[in-house]
Amino acid sequence: MRVYADNAATTKMSDIAIETMVSYMKNEYGNPSSLYEKGQTALEAIERARKSIAEVINSRPKEIYFTSGGSESDNQAIITGAEIGKKKNKRHIITTAFEHHAVLHSLEKLKKQGFDITLLPVYEDGLVRPEDLEKALNENTVMVSVMFANNEIGTIQPIKELGAICREKGVIFHTDAVQALGHLKIDIEEMNIDMLSMSAHKFHGPKGVGALFVRKGIRVSNLIEGGAQEKGKRAGTENVPGIMSMAAALLESVNDMEEKGKGIASLRNQLIEELIKIPHSKVNGSVIDRLPGNLNMCFEGIEGESLLLLLDDKGVSASSGSACTSGSLDPSHVLLAIGLPHEIAHGSLRISLSEYSTKEDIKHIAKVVPEVVSYLRSISPIWNDLKEGRKEYVI
Amino acid sequence: MLYSDKVMDHFRNPRNLGTMEDADGVGEVGNAKCGDIMKIYIKVNDNIITDIKFNTFGCGSAIATSSMATEMIKGKTLDEALELTNKAVVEALDGLPNHKIHCSVLAEEAVKAAIEDYNSKNGKGNKIEHNCSGCSGCCG
Repeated sequence: MRVYADNAATTKMSDIAIETMVSYMKNEYGNPSSLYEKGQTALEAIERARKSIAEVINSRPKEIYFTSGGSESDNQAIITGAEIGKKKNKRHIITTAFEHHAVLHSLEKLKKQGFDITLLPVYEDGLVRPEDLEKALNENTVMVSVMFANNEIGTIQPIKELGAICREKGVIFHTDAVQALGHLKIDIEEMNIDMLSMSAHKFHGPKGVGALFVRKGIRVSNLIEGGAQEKGKRAGTENVPGIMSMAAALLESVNDMEEKGKGIASLRNQLIEELIKIPHSKVNGSVIDRLPGNLNMCFEGIEGESLLLLLDDKGVSASSGSACTSGSLDPSHVLLAIGLPHEIAHGSLRISLSEYSTKEDIKHIAKVVPEVVSYLRSISPIWNDLKEGRKEYVI
Repeated sequence: MLYSDKVMDHFRNPRNLGTMEDADGVGEVGNAKCGDIMKIYIKVNDNIITDIKFNTFGCGSAIATSSMATEMIKGKTLDEALELTNKAVVEALDGLPNHKIHCSVLAEEAVKAAIEDYNSKNGKGNKIEHNCSGCSGCCG
């Protein structure tokens, strides 16, 4: 049995997304910048897609810019805010300690150029506190960037409250909604969002395409110079099949979104009930303010990469925030940001479900995870020390 | 694939896995903070490592390098075992990804630490030179 449980990494494309993509590849291969009919048909198509996507987040079509995905959208949003800051001589940007690296690394670059970056703390529940934002704002703050839902622990941030604070102070508010779009209700007006990053492959669309919403009145800065596509703000011939497929996938995802979300959350909660029975384990971050499909747990005394490899052998594709899986020496910055000690963060497991997940999938995961954890503990010198009382359990 | 077939074989079917109640030497290296700890137990008879066991907390390559290192020095004299290099372990495993080389260093260190423990218990106090300890020094 194979169980795909890494939907926060990427999702399986839906049939309609694939069909739409193939159809535009086969039939509507015209360049939207061309004046003849085939070009204009493609242009009209992407404008329809723009309108559909805009409607989902309650923005205007003109405020949607197509990009190559979430990372590009995040980069462009940060650069856009920074350029406005330079003009206004406001060089303070606020974000959180557990943002995606597309945001954090962009801000590190700006720091070298003299920007002042504040990282808001996140607490054990994986949530940002609006009062911390209020305290961090000053007269030099130009932009605040807080992710809608975290990619590792799935916690949903109080976006509406954060947005309201920014709006009151006249500060640009960006949110990386890559994990949230297609899974949670998003309304840029109600939530006071000025910029919002999207990525198609997180809601059963294709990889390599995304979008950035930028509120009218904010001057967008280019990352890519060239032709006049996307109102001159993102050069390069439009990825027509990708854009069309993204819109199709999004419309399908938001259709009955709440109902589907309840179903996914119910499967996830069943899995929590089973896995929490493993001694010395814990769920990371709030279980309530959380994406329906996300489960992130730590198991004391074991390391995440070996856990993933053995789970893979038993048919489960999942993810971990251990150092070895991140390719660096430190475990996930997200798990450290919510206060987990290094040795516990190394033993993390992220399971992310989707609407394609089944009861059988959950049963299988609930069967194999305890087996693998128990085996790895049996060969772990740390576990041995804990068991024999030479070390104190942390969780 | 991230790992060679040999690494995966040693990871899935580790040789000499376990602990030893009456070990003549025990070496533990690494740090939980860095995500890998290796503990090696040796039984020594007539200067020869007659039995060896290990326990490892760590990633796939940490488990595989511990397994391979124990296999390479079982039945060898202490002097021969001390000559085991991390490079030899890596070669025997048909290579490791660059960021996993430190695991092989840890395996070499664990072997040395076990022999050092044996030596100190048996009044042969020569200190063995360590390349590094834990992750700060050797993670490459």
